[in-house]
Amino acid sequence: MRPSLPLFPEQASSFASEVDALYFFLVALTAFFSVLIGGLVVFFAIKYRRRKNSPPAVIEAEGIALELTWSIIPLIISLFIFVWGASLYFKGSRPPDDAAEVYAVGKQWMWKIQHMEGRREINELHVPVGRAVKLKMTSEDVIHSFFVPAFRTKADVLPGRYTTVWFKPEKAGAYHLFCAEYCGTKHSGMIGYVYAMEPNDYQNWLVGGTAEGTLAQRGEKLFQDLACTNCHKAEGTGRGPALAGIFGTRIQLEGGAKVLVDEEYIRESALNPTAKVALGYQPVMPTFQGLMTEEGLLSLIEYIKSIGPRKPSDAKSQK
Amino acid sequence: MITAPISVPEREHYLNASYGLKSWLLTKDHKRIALLYLATITFFFFLGGLFAVMIRLELLTPEGDMVQSETYNKLFTMHGVNMVFFFLLPAIPAVLGNFLVPLMIGARDLAFPKLNLASWYIFTIGGLFTLYALLSGGVDTGWTFYTPYSTTYSNSFVIATAVGIFIAGFSSILTGLNFIVTIHRMRAPGLTWFRLPLFIWSHYAASLIMVLGTPVIAVTILLLAAERAFHIGIFDPALGGDPVLFQHLFWFYSHPAVYIMILPAMAVISELVAASARKRVYGYEFVAYASVAIAVFGFLVWGHHMFVSGQSVYAGLVFSVLSYLVAVPSAVKVFNWTATLHKGSIALETPMLYTFGFIGLFTIGGMTGLFLAALGLDVHVHDTYFVVAHFHYVMVGGTIMAYLGGLHYWWPKMTGRMYPEILAKLAALTVFIGFNLTFFPQFILGYLGMPRRYHAYPEEFQVLNVMSTAGASVLAVGYLLPMCYFIWSLRYGKVAADNPWGAVGLEWQTLSPPPVENFDEIPTVTHEAYDYVSLPNGSVTPKKEAHVR
Amino acid sequence: MSAEAHGAVFHAPRGHQFDTAEQQKDASTLGMWIFLVTEIMFFGGLFCCYLVYRWLYPAAFAAASHHLDVALGGFNTAALICSSLTMVLAVNASQHGKRGALIAFLILTILLGGVFLGVKAVEWHHKFVDHHVPGPSFLFEGPDARQAQLFFSLYFVMTGLHALHMVIGIGLLTVLTVQAKRGKFTPEYNTPVDMCGLYWHFVDLIWIFLFPLLYLIDRHAK
Repeated sequence: MRPSLPLFPEQASSFASEVDALYFFLVALTAFFSVLIGGLVVFFAIKYRRRKNSPPAVIEAEGIALELTWSIIPLIISLFIFVWGASLYFKGSRPPDDAAEVYAVGKQWMWKIQHMEGRREINELHVPVGRAVKLKMTSEDVIHSFFVPAFRTKADVLPGRYTTVWFKPEKAGAYHLFCAEYCGTKHSGMIGYVYAMEPNDYQNWLVGGTAEGTLAQRGEKLFQDLACTNCHKAEGTGRGPALAGIFGTRIQLEGGAKVLVDEEYIRESALNPTAKVALGYQPVMPTFQGLMTEEGLLSLIEYIKSIGPRKPSDAKSQK
Repeated sequence: MITAPISVPEREHYLNASYGLKSWLLTKDHKRIALLYLATITFFFFLGGLFAVMIRLELLTPEGDMVQSETYNKLFTMHGVNMVFFFLLPAIPAVLGNFLVPLMIGARDLAFPKLNLASWYIFTIGGLFTLYALLSGGVDTGWTFYTPYSTTYSNSFVIATAVGIFIAGFSSILTGLNFIVTIHRMRAPGLTWFRLPLFIWSHYAASLIMVLGTPVIAVTILLLAAERAFHIGIFDPALGGDPVLFQHLFWFYSHPAVYIMILPAMAVISELVAASARKRVYGYEFVAYASVAIAVFGFLVWGHHMFVSGQSVYAGLVFSVLSYLVAVPSAVKVFNWTATLHKGSIALETPMLYTFGFIGLFTIGGMTGLFLAALGLDVHVHDTYFVVAHFHYVMVGGTIMAYLGGLHYWWPKMTGRMYPEILAKLAALTVFIGFNLTFFPQFILGYLGMPRRYHAYPEEFQVLNVMSTAGASVLAVGYLLPMCYFIWSLRYGKVAADNPWGAVGLEWQTLSPPPVENFDEIPTVTHEAYDYVSLPNGSVTPKKEAHVR
Repeated sequence: MSAEAHGAVFHAPRGHQFDTAEQQKDASTLGMWIFLVTEIMFFGGLFCCYLVYRWLYPAAFAAASHHLDVALGGFNTAALICSSLTMVLAVNASQHGKRGALIAFLILTILLGGVFLGVKAVEWHHKFVDHHVPGPSFLFEGPDARQAQLFFSLYFVMTGLHALHMVIGIGLLTVLTVQAKRGKFTPEYNTPVDMCGLYWHFVDLIWIFLFPLLYLIDRHAK
């Protein structure tokens, strides 16, 4: 391969040009101040260098005005950068409501991706161009970090909880996917590609997978295999609460507190069932710790989400 | 008391007052302890440097072909652990600070000489533990020891390394404690706080961090070791623990620790700028207050290492804005140093070259910190080579430049010999060129997206990596040169005058090398620091006559 | 320092770096206070962990706390407070040059410290027997076993480090007692007694925080 010397990564997401704009501003700022300081230092060093008969140093009067000037100007500039950077960060932390959801599980040393529609992939992620994609991620072991330089996005992937990252690909192509948080021996092998595809190609790709059914269907199967239905009866007459429509609502707990039923709560309820028991039920559910993989848990969560009355904003389930 | 026999031409000083290994290993003289530290940290510096060279060689090609990935991971971990805990943290305070704090404030020694010696022993024992971990197989967690990798998944010598760092931490605590008490209680008559050299102010600020921050890393490492040994669950998500809590505790110390490394470097630069320009440091009070402000604000910004760790958006906002506030006092210092040069009488000897290097590189290092504190941008560059380049600009371009500059400047005082000037200038130039060639390409690599701690990397990053490795070899030569000519100068160097730079400051009023108790008679201070107007060229100092025997 | 070797009774052993004995005493006192600040930061890290987990798992912490013996803990608190009193009396005796009283109060302080450690050992033994020591053999009846284990992990780390400080304190006091017997301390020179007193009170104070945080959660009348 011919040696190449790229200076900037490709711009392939809606964030890319915005992040780059801040980057170029800061590069210019750094260049300005470095040249200013460096130039002054060299200029003074030459102009005022000590020679045989050079006069002694001149002590100028020190004014508080000058000190305030070079305190306040940097302060204003840095607060300006802060606001700029914070606004980008805010955008990055608020996925749009119509974002397509994909699940990702990191483990030493691979990325496992599950699409709602059923396709699964390893170290590859196919996404459509022009549509926001939201990843819900967790780890089976240590901390990883999901990083796609061309999308200018990154988020740590932690064991025992879910983190989210979102992006909107804008250019078709194959882009590096890296693990950015050191995760052990083959850390540098925990890499892959994100394929941004034209929507039509993406649809074709989606249906081209094996006929395992959608993620929610897999979750439903797991739900039955683990005999969850014995207690979580659909009519609500079982020893556990009925789960249809429960996702996204706030339920009353034993002891008076309320909790939002989200991914974290379902996860906790499966692995540590007695921690937050719904009002009116006994803490009798056994733990499923060790009986389910992280991917299984995700499919279960997706199943519980799918059996609810759909919220209007829940675009992903409008198929 | 100095009681040199009159017939012997060589007068007695701290180096020849007694001889033999025992006289060194049991010394309570801060100057000798400084030299003990110098020897120890030089060893760790070159050991850490050796790891760096191997890292750079591995990264010459995209494939992981020189060493196995296990080995590579151990190399960068041991490079980080060695350089951070056993070189950068003690470098300036324990060597230059130890030597100079009592001299600069006109004291006979630090307040607690025995404690000072104990600090060195503690440091050395900590270092030996870490060496043991290294020799028995190494450790591969990264110097940050993030859980749960370090507690559950790593198969390397985490506990031995952790114990080494834990022990060495006490040396840092005791050194800081000793400095604070010494600066409070041992100043010469007339030496008020605002007559203190800025070296002392900066060391005082750094000592505050050593005293307040180090115990937290000590207990964190203790919990880490307990978690790894007994699986008690504190950082284990499977047992309800929170791995991110470790990051909070770790960075609560390890961010301020950056200021333990850079504040003493700023201390050196203030002295060097003033002495080279023969001028009072411009805005003395502001530079002094800036040191304290950095130490205080430094404790409030640790979360900027964790913008993508899953902490809340609002926590991120607070840590980001505070990080920008801590940038201001650093900027103030840079501006004041530059202003000091204006209309000065500037000597362009080696220490000044390092000072130029420091000011330029620290400016770039500090400004690139603004990139990392900008939340939205940090998401992209976090954990990439951009971060690596940034902190090497601050630590290597900042701290090591200042350390080398300070070592050249005070070498005649420490040893009574001059270093070879031309060779030293050549070395300074080599270090500067080598440094920039090594680390500047890493900024670009980072923005391109190359993550840190990668053993192998995609092909398109190769050209920049080759540049970086080439730079590293130049840098290695640049670092070996001073070590060679410093050792050479001990025997063959020109005998140094008491005040070769014509500087004011109490350390230059005593002999080179100083007597055992630093001063024949404790000086009374009647002038501000850097008062080159009343004391032109440092020649008419009140104590000068007393030294003529 | 050479003066120490001569064991001069009427002159404070003064380091060569100090100008006056007063400067030396000032320096030692300041040094001790700074050391205690580092100790606060050290335990502060643990208190921080405790706060985080108690806030996350209040029910588990309350349940686990019920397995600690308040009576023994309360007794130990009383013993430590008494030992602080005897320590103050020892410092006072040394300031007035009452050698006999100094030795007596030092020994009393050591004994009370020993009582504390003995009771602590009994409590730990109970935990061991009840399988409340975190690790593979940990057993806890109730819904929040995993989080209860976290409580016991913190309990052992915090009380363990506190006990280690007690052991060091008792060691220091023993040295003081021997030195006091040899007549090292005078009304003019009693800095070591003073310093150890500060340390002892600090260790006591840590316990005053540990006791309610560990033993008294959820003990109020229901």
